[in-house]
Amino acid sequence: MIEIKNLHKSYKMGSNSLHVLKGINFSVEEGELVAIMGSSGSGKSTLLNILGMLDELDEGSYDLDGVPIKNLNETKAANYRNKFLGFVFQSFNLINYKSAMENVALPLYYQRVGRKERQEKALKYLDQVGLKEWAEHLPSELSGGQKQRVAIARAMAAEPKVLLADEPTGALDSKTSYEVMDLIQKINDQGNTILIVTHEPDIADMCKRIVHLKDGIILEDKKIKQVRASEYV
Amino acid sequence: MRFIFDSNTWQEIFGSISKNKTRTVITVIGVLWGIFIYIALAGSAQGLNNGFDKAFKTVAMNSMFVWPQSTSMPHDGFKTGRQMDLRLNDVSTIQNRIQEVQYIAPRIRQGDGGPNSEPVYTVKGQKSGNYGLYGDYPVYTKIATKKIYDGGRFINEEDIEQARKVIVIGERVQQELFEKDEDPIGAYIRVGTVYFQVVGVHKLANGVSFDSDSDMFIPFTTHRKLYNTGDLVSYLCIAAYDDVDVVKVEKDIKALLRSTKRVHPDDERAFGSFNLGEAFGRTMDFAFGLTFMSLIVGIATILAGVIGIGNILLISVKERTKELGVRRALGATPSEVRNLIVLESVFLTLIAGVLGIILGAGVLSAINAFTKDVDFPYTNPTVPIPYVLGALVIMVVLGTLIGLIPAQRAVSIKPIDALREE
Repeated sequence: MIEIKNLHKSYKMGSNSLHVLKGINFSVEEGELVAIMGSSGSGKSTLLNILGMLDELDEGSYDLDGVPIKNLNETKAANYRNKFLGFVFQSFNLINYKSAMENVALPLYYQRVGRKERQEKALKYLDQVGLKEWAEHLPSELSGGQKQRVAIARAMAAEPKVLLADEPTGALDSKTSYEVMDLIQKINDQGNTILIVTHEPDIADMCKRIVHLKDGIILEDKKIKQVRASEYV
Repeated sequence: MRFIFDSNTWQEIFGSISKNKTRTVITVIGVLWGIFIYIALAGSAQGLNNGFDKAFKTVAMNSMFVWPQSTSMPHDGFKTGRQMDLRLNDVSTIQNRIQEVQYIAPRIRQGDGGPNSEPVYTVKGQKSGNYGLYGDYPVYTKIATKKIYDGGRFINEEDIEQARKVIVIGERVQQELFEKDEDPIGAYIRVGTVYFQVVGVHKLANGVSFDSDSDMFIPFTTHRKLYNTGDLVSYLCIAAYDDVDVVKVEKDIKALLRSTKRVHPDDERAFGSFNLGEAFGRTMDFAFGLTFMSLIVGIATILAGVIGIGNILLISVKERTKELGVRRALGATPSEVRNLIVLESVFLTLIAGVLGIILGAGVLSAINAFTKDVDFPYTNPTVPIPYVLGALVIMVVLGTLIGLIPAQRAVSIKPIDALREE
């Protein structure tokens, strides 16, 4: 699904250049649930941004579902993001003046799906995350865990190839974190490919594979026995 | 252009502006005020224009008066200070010699020829009053339109030929001498020592008028017989043809009079004159200037309002950095984001514009209702449709252009920067 070869990325900071990713080789199969771990400055967010086509790579190659991702203009990147990727952010990033359902329907809007179908799909995904009754509520009326579940429903609504989650539990307490992880695991069980950036070991243990980043290189890449979040809920 | 007609686009825009109510209202007020000022000013200028038009409609626009004064230069053996006079034969002289003249109405005012012009004591039954009295020819109505009440008429040719003792009275004369439900037509009133039959009541024309509502008109020939004024004339009302230069005609007439009366050719004081065409032209220049100024001021105000919209949208783009970043991450292309902001700008401008036009029209009609019965040159204040459409087009164009600034700002935000955790 994801194929990365010899990925380099550096940022210019004034006259200095900061080499963040120093040759990453990494691939993800369909249906995997991968945790990308590392302390701050390890390059895990940069990697996720490149995977999410929010940032460009300097060197190396990145293939997503067989499509080479290189030298995209903004419009093309937007179309690919819409088609291939779903995003979940630490701070949810729901649009505060749109109801839960409208938030979920937004990626479908950019896919030019009709209004009726959009609402039906949005309701379907809200139902999957257990928030069908909250469809008409604004994000300000939802708890943190509920917001993240709406965000997950939104990321899923476009039926992406890969779900990218950047610290999805970073702003949540442990109990809610486990609920969210339970949801992510269930989505993964349905065969969806998910990448999670996290620095919490217990969250990483709930994935099927952990990739450790340190100083821009992969320190360790191992498959693990998944801990089911439902045990803690 | 597809996105403009896409109902989804409008749902997005409508969602965004209806969920940010305060911002929307403040933004709208800026442009609304601008277009309101524009409509109110342009409409008022038009109303004033119409008012002037109406005021001048009662008289021939290219008309003038000429009256005798006294000489200020010695000439041809005469001393300075010689009193001039006008006589009926001057009328035919002018008519014969000056082609541009269409009508000449000689008038005599009671008292001219005597020591003073003075009102005449008039009696009807128990009631009486003092009113101005004029000897007139029918042609006078060609120059100054007279509205005659139902059933009445102005002096006609037969009145002149037979020197009939008929009289046209003013509205106020009727009110003061007659009972409310009394028909004045056919009644007799005593003017001075002589009884006249009333043949008409003239209504005071709104706007420019040569006469007051207390003036009375009798046939010129009757007047000259009664007061023994011969062919003496108080002044001449002259109307030139529509397409001639009235100022030149005025000069020609005075020059002609000077030469026939043996006055020094450069003696400007011998005959006085007043040129209505010139005065009218000046008024119309003023009205035009006013219209022009109102357009400039209005458009400048609209511009200020639209800039206000741009300003607020710029702030709102900054506020919505994260939202726009999310939209980009969810697959919005840069042009979709740009269109969203620009269309928001145009939409707000249009809403504000239409509201402003409605409000402006309301205020204009209110002013119209208030000034209807007031003696003020202000009639039917309207804004021509091309002006309104022009303003709308200007607003849409400006709204688009000004919207492009925040839209460009929105597009230049990278989704990654927008989403970076603070």
